[in-house]
Amino acid sequence: MDGGKSVTTAMQAGKLPVERRGVISRRLSGILEPYLYVSPALILIIAVMLMPLVLGLSYAFRDIRILNPFSGGFVGTAHFQTLITDDAFLGALVNTAWWTFGSLLFQFTLGLILALLLNRDFLGRRLVQALVFLPWAVPTFLSGLNWAWMFNPVVGPLPHWFTALGLMETPFNILSDPDLAMWGPIVANIWFGIPFFAITLLAALQSIPKELYEAAAIDGATTRQQFISITLPFLAPTIAITLMLRTIWIANFADLIVVMTNGGPADSTQIVASYIFTQAFRRLDFGYASAIAAVLLVLLLAYALGVIALRRAMTHADS
Amino acid sequence: MASIEISNAVKSYGAVDVLHGIDLDIQDGEFIVLVGPSGCGKSTLLRMIAGLEDITSGAISIGGTVVNELQPKDRDIAMVFQSYALYPHMSVAENMSYALTLRKTAKEKIADAITNVAEILGLTALLERRPKALSGGQRQRVAMGRAIVRKPQAFLFDEPLSNLDARLREQMRTEIRKLHRRLGATSVYVTHDQIEAMTMADRIVAMHDGIIQQVGSPVEIYDRPANIFVASFIGSPAMNFLKGAYEIAQNDTTGIRLTDGSFVPVLPARGATANQTVTLGARPEHIALVPDGNGGIPARVELIEPMGLSTLVHVSLAGNPVKIFTLDRPDFAVDSFIHIAFDMEKVHVFDTQTELRLPPESEPHMARTA
Amino acid sequence: MNVSGNSPARKLVYWGSHYLMIGAFVVFALFPLYWLLKVSVTPNDILYTEGVRMWPSRTTWENYFFVLTQSNFPHYFLNSVIVAGTTAIVTTMVAAVTGYSFSRFAFRGKMIIVALMLITQMFPLVMLIAPIFKILAPLGLTDSLTGLIIVYTAFNVPFATFLMQSFFDGIPKDLEEAAMIDGNTRFQAFRRIILPLTLPGVAATLGFVFTAAWSELLFALMLVSSESASTFPVGLLSFVSKFSVDFGQMMAAGVLALIPACAFFLLIQRYLVQGLTAGAVKG
Repeated sequence: MDGGKSVTTAMQAGKLPVERRGVISRRLSGILEPYLYVSPALILIIAVMLMPLVLGLSYAFRDIRILNPFSGGFVGTAHFQTLITDDAFLGALVNTAWWTFGSLLFQFTLGLILALLLNRDFLGRRLVQALVFLPWAVPTFLSGLNWAWMFNPVVGPLPHWFTALGLMETPFNILSDPDLAMWGPIVANIWFGIPFFAITLLAALQSIPKELYEAAAIDGATTRQQFISITLPFLAPTIAITLMLRTIWIANFADLIVVMTNGGPADSTQIVASYIFTQAFRRLDFGYASAIAAVLLVLLLAYALGVIALRRAMTHADS
Repeated sequence: MASIEISNAVKSYGAVDVLHGIDLDIQDGEFIVLVGPSGCGKSTLLRMIAGLEDITSGAISIGGTVVNELQPKDRDIAMVFQSYALYPHMSVAENMSYALTLRKTAKEKIADAITNVAEILGLTALLERRPKALSGGQRQRVAMGRAIVRKPQAFLFDEPLSNLDARLREQMRTEIRKLHRRLGATSVYVTHDQIEAMTMADRIVAMHDGIIQQVGSPVEIYDRPANIFVASFIGSPAMNFLKGAYEIAQNDTTGIRLTDGSFVPVLPARGATANQTVTLGARPEHIALVPDGNGGIPARVELIEPMGLSTLVHVSLAGNPVKIFTLDRPDFAVDSFIHIAFDMEKVHVFDTQTELRLPPESEPHMARTA
Repeated sequence: MNVSGNSPARKLVYWGSHYLMIGAFVVFALFPLYWLLKVSVTPNDILYTEGVRMWPSRTTWENYFFVLTQSNFPHYFLNSVIVAGTTAIVTTMVAAVTGYSFSRFAFRGKMIIVALMLITQMFPLVMLIAPIFKILAPLGLTDSLTGLIIVYTAFNVPFATFLMQSFFDGIPKDLEEAAMIDGNTRFQAFRRIILPLTLPGVAATLGFVFTAAWSELLFALMLVSSESASTFPVGLLSFVSKFSVDFGQMMAAGVLALIPACAFFLLIQRYLVQGLTAGAVKG
């Protein structure tokens, strides 16, 4: 009896501090807990992305040339004034639009078709899915080099195939033709980017309830009508967000161009992102490069906000 | 086991109050059912007892200790979820022993407890299975088992039967009830199903719009509903309501004059004044079919609904739909007129304005919650 | 109408064109990789003379042999494994807790943090090189693998967080509430109940980040100057400059470098689709 009693008191005594600790932590932890979870990411992003961004933006108003010891002073908006009259920059802007939307159109269309094909059950689907997603895992500069190699008539098969198809009179390297050069990196980019759209769209497709198609079929909808009235509306949110994200990524994505053409020939493949690279690391003019980057950032922000506003307007019109 | 006291508990999200000053004392070992339509705050109240929602103001204590500031894990309660919330990556045995393992209970003790509970619930053969390989009813049992194994201070149930089919639900109702008698554990059970409330509860707590409307035993709630809401929510088929004016006739008989001019005699209602607008409430079984020519109020037949044991006759009276319960097998033609009579002793008079019941003067005074 | 839609002839045409298109996609995806492989096994003396043949008349493992034994490549490879592996693990851990809090908590400032993460996706990263260098240099983190890991982690956290969040969104809240009532704190419930259930999502995120870090060239090139801290993409570039573009060896190194990234991706691509589906159902 006695022993049992002392055990219970000991247990109660042991229990008390636990409850005390609870008292202090509950309110506070209720408020602080989410921030605690977010803090590592937030610290990293602020330290490695936001602070450098602010620093980088400040460079846009300074004269920073690596090899010039007298540089470093404030130049106000001089860089931006130069920018307005910089033909190379204006050409790069046009090329960026061309590069971005050319890549995006094919990546998206082919990615959607691939997702639709993979959404059917067929023999060997798992293997096929693994294989067609593979290009996404290939390091971009390696695929750039490889594609440059394949476009070269000496060591690559592509020009010979184009000739056989009657697209070319004699095999030549499109990467050295100012009118066609942009197609080189675009094709490489399409190859690299299809899996991204296919993966996200396939995931969205698989989340559409099967009953909807059954109901539509019973209502007499043809396959095409089902696609338009069920598939597309369900995919719309995914399409909107992935298109926006990819637009921004591709516009910023200079690796393939730097590796394959380095902006040439005659600046015909120079996009803004690769122009920044050239200014910063070939001419070592960080001030001017930062000014260009700032303009690009503003343009992309404006684009993103425009898309979001458009989407909001459309969803409001729906409801 | 322990009692649970809730005093003036308030829950608000920003400026919106979802629970307004809840007061409720739950006795040690009692089976309490919180019932009400969805959005009435019953689940929120349960989750506040569990510690899954903060208490905006007021206090909740379990076994005499205020638990407002305690984490769910420190409240020593067990909960059965509507979705069962079984851990998909653990076997049945692991699911049931998880809480004990966390409390560093000795291995042999855990094994004993699991064997024992599995036997009670008929899960012995399923102990090594994953939840995925179980039927809905079996999952429900595992969820129960997980709660029972812990021997907690109190059990909380959040609509645990609503994902089962009707037959299984009926069976589990009885089983939970039997388990409760066996374990004698304080239980708080949330449901929107008034039949579950009626059949399972020691006391029912009827809730609406974040306010407790009435607390009482099932029979009390059924026979003496505090207001129109409780009267209409409890009971199936539901109570009939007819608007009219309270009348005191010359020979001191009291009654209600319906809008079509017919007169329904009722017991004198406490606090009712002549010509006051009132609502007559009559359960379907308290309306009788009167054979032709013997008085009663004429009503037009709209539908005959055979229920097996009984038949439900839908009629139209003074433009209102009225349902009548009968054990006979009436063969009225639709659109024919029949005569009906209200059981004067059993019908209720409600103040139309306040919606409160005006009890007969003969009924003893009782303390009313809410 | 519908009967003819199910006729054998139409079925044949349908599946015929289905497999034809699938075949075209597979060929398009694999042919460049095949070409890479072909060049890597072609002996140097016939590299140009047989440049456009589908398969060289003689093959050799010499390029692989050279890369593995005569070059610094194994060292670069090891560096890359360390950098990509650590980045993947750290990023996934950080993204898991952040994604979890996005999925489960409503808190002040959440929208600002989400917007901030979205905006980071718009940065022209080239522009950040100089400032990052300036910040890391005094800390001794330039020319070091640690510095690269920190930078890569920060770059990958936003997308990995959104990915993890979509996985968590697919898991019912009841589960951690049950665990909290069973005796866990919220963090324990997250670690012991929720995280094990998102293992496919964790795998997908790991693979995604690993391949991204494995391929990164720009920062690896700019933040690291010594041989000892170079990763394999930088090393691959060194084939271009040092050995007057020895393509055979470079392609051999490329094929070797592809193996871990592709193996990883082959394993996780299924979970990537599954996980995104689970998240999509709720969102």
